[in-house]
Formats: sequence, C-alpha cells, structure tokens
Amino acid sequence: MTSAPESPVDPPLALLAELTHRCPLRCPYCSNPLALAGRSTELTTEVWLDVFAQAGRLGILQVHLSGGEPAARRDLEALVAGARSAGLYTNLITSGLLLDRARLERLRQAGLDHVQLSVQDSEPCGADRIAGFQGAHERKLAIAADIRAVGLPLTLNVVVHRHNIARVPELIDLALALDAARLEVAHAQYYGWGLANRAALLPTRAQLEAATAIVTQARERLKGRLAIDYVPPDYYARRPKACMGGWGRRFVAVAPDGAILPCHAARTIPGLEFPDVRQTSLADAWQHAAAFTHFRGTGWMREPCRSCNRREIDWGGCRCQALALAGAADVVDPACSLSPLHETLVAVAEGESASPPPAFRYRSLSEGPKIA
Amino acid sequence: MSPQINADSRPALATHVRLQHDGVRQQWVVQAPERLFVLDDVAHAVLSRCGNGLTVAEIADQLGIEFDAPADEIRGDVLELLQDLADKGIVHDQRA
Ligand code: SF4
Ligand code: SF4
Repeated sequence: MTSAPESPVDPPLALLAELTHRCPLRCPYCSNPLALAGRSTELTTEVWLDVFAQAGRLGILQVHLSGGEPAARRDLEALVAGARSAGLYTNLITSGLLLDRARLERLRQAGLDHVQLSVQDSEPCGADRIAGFQGAHERKLAIAADIRAVGLPLTLNVVVHRHNIARVPELIDLALALDAARLEVAHAQYYGWGLANRAALLPTRAQLEAATAIVTQARERLKGRLAIDYVPPDYYARRPKACMGGWGRRFVAVAPDGAILPCHAARTIPGLEFPDVRQTSLADAWQHAAAFTHFRGTGWMREPCRSCNRREIDWGGCRCQALALAGAADVVDPACSLSPLHETLVAVAEGESASPPPAFRYRSLSEGPKIA
Repeated sequence: MSPQINADSRPALATHVRLQHDGVRQQWVVQAPERLFVLDDVAHAVLSRCGNGLTVAEIADQLGIEFDAPADEIRGDVLELLQDLADKGIVHDQRA
C-alpha cells in the first residue's frame, strides 16, 4: 500500500465534534455508527475544551457540535463558551428535544453562533414515525420558535427519502414559517444505519428528479430570503461527490470516545488505526497519522481514478461507500459510472425503490455491537 | 424576490454571519453555517463598514479615498459585491 508523501498539508477548516451518541430519537438513517458509544466512554469537559483550543491554534475556523443529541451533555454551555473563546464559529446541530428556551438563552450568552434544527417531515404523523418518538415534531416546532425568540439564527435540516420526498414544497414553506435563514435538504446517505435501511428509504429516480426541480426553482424564487442547500443522493448520479471535500483535506471529526477521524464513518474501514485525542494532538494526527495520510491526495488510487481527470475534483468519491458496496476501501466509489459495479448498484436502487418499503430498522443502542 | 441593494441601502451583516481574521492563514473571512468566504482587500474594506449605519454610497466614497480610485467605478463594484452577498443571505439592508 502506498501512502501520500509527508509534505506539510493545509490545516483543516472544520471540526465535527460528536459530543455523544446518546439521543432520544431513533432515526433509521442516523449517521452514527451501528456500534454506538455508551455514556461511560464519553470524553470529559476538560478534554473537549482542550480539543477546541487546539483546533483554534491549528487553523480550524468552524466547529459543528453534533451527536447523537449534543444537548444530552449537561456541560454543553461550557463547551460552547470554550469553542467560542478558541475563535471557532460555533454551530449546534440538534434534534431540539432536550432544549428549552432558558437553555437556549444560556447557549446564546455562551457565544453560540448558529443552530441547525432537524425535522423529519412537514406533517407530525410521518415525522414522529421516522423519529421513532411520539410527539417529537410538535416539540421541534415549539423549539424552533424559541430559537428565534432568543435571537439565534436558524437552519432547518431535513433528511429526505421516499416517505417524505413528496413534501419538499411543504418543507420549504415550513422553513419560511419558522423564520429560518437557511434550509438544508439532504438526501439520506447510505452507510451505517442508512445502508441497513436502504430499501425502506431510497426514492425512485422520478421522485428524486421532481424534488431536485422543486429545490432549484425555490432557490431562485427565495434568493436573499431563504438559502437552500441541497445534498443529492449519489446512487442515481454519474459522478460521486467529493466526500468530506476529499479525505483529510477540510474536515476532522472527533468521536464521543475521543477517536480522531477523517470522517464520521471512517471507523468502518478495517486496518486503519485512529489516534485518541487524549494521547495525540489534532495537529499531529492531521499531519502524520496513517488514518489521515493513507487516503489523502491521489497516491492511493487505482484505475479508473488514477488516470481520470476528475481525480482532484471528487477525490474518487467516498471510501466508506466503496468499502460498503465494493468490499474494498481503495477502489473507485461504485456511485461513479466508471465503476464496474455502477450498473448493478443502479439496478438495485431501481428495484428497491420500486418495491413496497420494508419496516424500519430503528437506530438503537442494543442492536449494534457496543463500544465497551 | 431578492431584496435590491442600491446606493441608499444601509447594509449590515446577517445575524448568522461572522467577520473574522484567520490568524493562521493571514486572511479575512466571513463565516456562515458550513460556508466560508475568503475576502480580498476590497471585500474586507466593504464588509468591515457594514452595520455602522453607512449607506452604500458613503461606503463607496470612503473606499474611493482609501484605494485612490474614481468614485463611480468603486460604487459599481461595491453594489455588485453587496447584491451578490444579499442574494446569498450574508448581508441585508437595514433600512428594510
Ligand atoms: S439522526 Fe435522529 S437519531 Fe440520529 S442523532 Fe440525529 S436525531 Fe438522533
Ligand atoms: S473514476 Fe474516480 S476520479 Fe474519475 S470520476 Fe470516477 S470516482 Fe471520480
């Protein structure tokens, strides 16, 4: 195996701080790993504060405080204050369930820059079914109002799939009604829990195209009022996305138990060792750890990526998806039409999305093998 | 419909936006959720004057002096920059 040469690399731009895997909801597309980390393995307040200080010194500009549900951490206010004093633009990615107005006010005072709140659908019944939690949607609407009432800027995030994709127009209206400045319409991504639920989630190509057209029109119509970010699914695409903007180029993630990762799904790749943030600095990990250098750049690539003129545009797609679908992390992402597996993948997608959806396999602590 | 910026607009940064110096890379940036805009000297000169109650015309006049350039030329560039940022939700018109 070849690894990238050890020349100094540009520092990362953003830190994904996965504060906890605990969450009251059970979304079947959750981006957390199947093996969820229990509370006893979580990092202490002091360690996180040190991580944020290191991040600021390294040149990281934004931190996404995520989970699980980050508000499950009672020290969230202290963590926000620490991130902010390290100079980081501080974004809270939340389901809203464990927040209330008083806590939002304290978070704002601690220096929180922005809140990204998820909803699962525009109508309560479907939303609660996805979240696996009765009454979740109503709580979220109330929290959205509280977020705006304390003066925090709001992004509404919705993961779309075959059960809610028909309501993209209603979701856009909901974002406007909740006074969000930004709406993120992200198609479910198919690794981890999402892959386990793919047949229950994947939309048809026609559904995808209709949703894409609606978003494109709304973007133009709402320019200056509502920014809409759109993350397409790559099963029907011809070329893959540059996953995480390229491996080890922009993002660094820290898992609840302290593992430093190039992306939150990277732990599925066998043979890579991830440094522990209590033993290795972020700078050291970014610069030297094999977990980062191995798939950084183009040195690891095989054909067709190696000689492809898009190799520094999409960086060969997603390593975790290559592993999950092709059985090897160092081959072309099957989402690319130049992959020998692409046609099979499209056929699977078309077949699954046209069949009646199976029951959800809800995210749960007991289903996956726990990390001690 | 996108809000129009004109010479009488009083531009300010949106609440979710932060203007910040990036000490490691020695550059000025505007931060927004999952977005980062690196500013050149002119863009920084404009954005650092937003939110002070100045109109676009006043900002352009100040820039004309700072960069020693003809006022009408600067005004066109400033309008174009601010309209683009307004379309992206980064600045808004405080008059509104
Ligand atoms: S995707 Fe759903 S279950 Fe997973 S952390 Fe977010 S709210 Fe919780
Ligand atoms: S062959 Fe590789 S580099 Fe070329 S478009 Fe496909 S994934 Fe990207």
